[in-house]
Amino acid sequence: MEFNLEKCKSSGNKGKGVRSDCFITMELSDSNGLEIEINSKVNALYGDAIRELALKILNHFSVTNAKVMIEDSGAIDCVIAARMEAVIKLLIDTDKTFLTDFLQENQYKTERDKNRFSRLYLPGNSPSLMLNAGIHKPDGIILDLEDAVAVDKKYEARFLVRNALRSIDFYGAELMVRINQIPAGLDDLDFIIPHNVNLILVPKCEEADQIILLNNKIEEIKKKHSIEGNIWLMPIIESAKGVMNAYQIATSANNIVALAIGLEDYTADLGTRRTNEATESFFARSVVVNACRAAGIQPIDSVFSDVGDMEGLKENVIKSKALGFDGMGCIHPRQIRVIHEYFAPDVKEIDKAKKIVIAFEDATAKGLGVVSLGTKMIDPPVVKRAQKTIDLAVNMGKLSKEWRNEE
Amino acid sequence: MKRYDKLVKNAAGRLVPEEINGQKAIPYMGIGKYRPTGRKYAPLIATCADYPLDGNKIIPSLKEALIKSGLKDGMTISTHHHFRNGDLVAQQVFDIAAEMGVKNLVWFPSASFECHSTLIKYLEDGTIHHIEGSMNGALGRFTTEGKMTGIGVLRSHGGRYQAIQDGEVHIDIAVIAAPTADPFGNATGDRGSAACGLLGFALGDSEFADRVIVVTDNLVPFPCIPWQIQGNNVDYVVQLEQIGIPEKIVSGTTEITKSPDRLLLAEMTAQFCDEAGIIRDGFSFQAGAGGTSLSIGIYFAEILKKRGYKARFARGGSNKYLVKMLEDGLVEYILDGQTFDLEGVRSMRENANHLNTSPFTSYNYHGKGFFASLLDVVILGATEIDVNFNGNVVSHSDGYLLHGIGGWQNCLFSKCTIIPIPLFRDRIPVIIDEVTTLCGPGELIDVIVTERGIAINPLRTDLIEKMKGSSLPIKTIQELKEEAEKICGKPSKPKFGEEVVAAVKWVDGTVIDVVRRIEK
Repeated sequence: MEFNLEKCKSSGNKGKGVRSDCFITMELSDSNGLEIEINSKVNALYGDAIRELALKILNHFSVTNAKVMIEDSGAIDCVIAARMEAVIKLLIDTDKTFLTDFLQENQYKTERDKNRFSRLYLPGNSPSLMLNAGIHKPDGIILDLEDAVAVDKKYEARFLVRNALRSIDFYGAELMVRINQIPAGLDDLDFIIPHNVNLILVPKCEEADQIILLNNKIEEIKKKHSIEGNIWLMPIIESAKGVMNAYQIATSANNIVALAIGLEDYTADLGTRRTNEATESFFARSVVVNACRAAGIQPIDSVFSDVGDMEGLKENVIKSKALGFDGMGCIHPRQIRVIHEYFAPDVKEIDKAKKIVIAFEDATAKGLGVVSLGTKMIDPPVVKRAQKTIDLAVNMGKLSKEWRNEE
Repeated sequence: MKRYDKLVKNAAGRLVPEEINGQKAIPYMGIGKYRPTGRKYAPLIATCADYPLDGNKIIPSLKEALIKSGLKDGMTISTHHHFRNGDLVAQQVFDIAAEMGVKNLVWFPSASFECHSTLIKYLEDGTIHHIEGSMNGALGRFTTEGKMTGIGVLRSHGGRYQAIQDGEVHIDIAVIAAPTADPFGNATGDRGSAACGLLGFALGDSEFADRVIVVTDNLVPFPCIPWQIQGNNVDYVVQLEQIGIPEKIVSGTTEITKSPDRLLLAEMTAQFCDEAGIIRDGFSFQAGAGGTSLSIGIYFAEILKKRGYKARFARGGSNKYLVKMLEDGLVEYILDGQTFDLEGVRSMRENANHLNTSPFTSYNYHGKGFFASLLDVVILGATEIDVNFNGNVVSHSDGYLLHGIGGWQNCLFSKCTIIPIPLFRDRIPVIIDEVTTLCGPGELIDVIVTERGIAINPLRTDLIEKMKGSSLPIKTIQELKEEAEKICGKPSKPKFGEEVVAAVKWVDGTVIDVVRRIEK
């Protein structure tokens, strides 16, 4: 199929190594109706279905004369639909959208203080990495519209991320999106707020004002679509200025549930280099942990970028937990297990928590107002934390549900 | 000659011919139902008077050896896949045949590889009539598009030995490429620049073929020690400059996978084996050479180490990972059927506990037992599995023939057959309603492990019982199929023609299914 390079538009990815995606080229014509050419590696099994879907979308947008070429490497419907819609909207002005099925399985809310040990970054324009992300059981998945998407792909990525939120099963992971930097990132919101995003990561956050701007827009969209419930925010601190303003940011809105720190940009901002020893970021990490604890939210650590080095990751997690962090990002599914394993309460912590909880229950049973363990008094927040440790240990299979009876 | 005739429904419900390439064929009757009687096929009686008493059987060129062997129209010529994608011998044999104007040969390889796609020109010009063995890659596409003169016949490794010993395939000339050989014809695969480990796939050919030519690029004085092929069965020895490309001989999937999805599959499989009580002191296993299978081996090793267990034996596909288990004392013996890397070759050469085996010992269904059925667990692959647990390994869902059977059918007889596969590949569901080509009956396939759930064959009530309360996602095969369709959409059927282009044999020589021509 021949295209006029001045007039045609395209969206999607193709070429060596690209899977589960499609690349669509389209040009409007004056007559001749719809000409659709499909080159698909799954043509024998899905060629007809792809054509049917393409026609349905073209009809939906009232496109009657066009040449369309679909080069497909096994994309599922919600991916094809995102690519189609993006290319159509590059060619015509329309207010319509073409929404793929909203899976019942994806329509859940998450709790403010849910566990956030691991959150897996998924480049927002790479469908092949999204399809199986959930099976690795991260606490959250991040559909990334920011740094993982090339500038000229930002537009089409929004459609893909929107359709992914609706139609790809992430098996219960908290559904997060990293939007672009404020203010550009505000334009991403229409694509995610009505589609059950649970949490928004706010990159390069430096001032509380950015959060206020963001929340205003969120509220506006929520109102328009009659959306109830909170959409959580996790600002990412990745500059010297952000570190200095960490507490103000952490307390700028009550839907902020965590602060994350991004060390690649932060070390660049300092004019230094990231090392495994991480002395250069010790101050910033401690500030973020402290700001979060003071604000009653979760401090989340930066990603560990050497995906081949599991031993290094483990060391990193142990240090991170010791500094006071509650979780960290991951850029490869294999990192999830190590992160969970070493952020999870260890044997000593579990033992201590058990003693505290039992002491508390004994005291309550006896009608005592004060809990004590040995000669030490136990404050209520300590009891609460111990109970949380126990719940976590049970959830992660590190402690039997019946632990009280197994002593 | 009619390519095929008289289609009848076999015991698996598939329409198969009773005559293939002019020869009688028996439709599949069910597992263990076909019981041939009579005696095995026997080779010709040879007389030492016809052979040099000094033991020097060297012939100056392969062409002269083929002429002396009586190469003529319609003969069956066998070669072997010990050199995998680095084979330089099969090509030369057919170059010579074409040059001599010989027509209608049957090529009987133990397996074909991508490097053999150059033989397509001889299938087109009539030098080769058809292939009995495997039709991979380009050869598979050529066959599926109905371009081969005769009907392709696919057999398992064990089925190939069975066909030779039962006289179903009569080999006129066997050409055995040997990394090291002596002038008498003794040959070994464990040394020489083309070292490939063992030569087991050529054993049956050396025993039963009318003429046996050993081709080597490393001729040593008599005796070649050890001898995996006995010179007493060999007619001629030919020395060539090079018989294989070493880096391609040990090529392929001999590294553990880096794919997180496949590693998850491997982990789930190992956990399943552990929880089902399959991994215990003295157990035995076979895991293939694919990335996922290799990783499963690594997880097995971890579990064995942790529990202080030792496996009694492992069947290979040997490779550096299995060798390490042997050397670390986690496995007592490797019974090797095919050596995948140089570590495997070294180990076989140096370690008395690393033994070479053959399709006769490991896989032959018409014998008095075979090793594969003794295994506690085997890990296999598949292109498709259906809701009745039937498996396909030779074709893809688009109908194209692309792979050989290998030892797959033979391994199904192990005590537990586990198939770890992704639920879908590039949108194509792997768990489907009915396999495109039936290669293995569901009764023999016990467990399907996918990244989204594990299905246990309802026949295995023992396993179902053991896995109750497991943290693994145990589902029904129907649920898995529905999950795949929910993600991928329901696939339509490829458009097949009526015409049969290839037949798939079961381990006992009966025809279990056919491959039909694809309308391009």
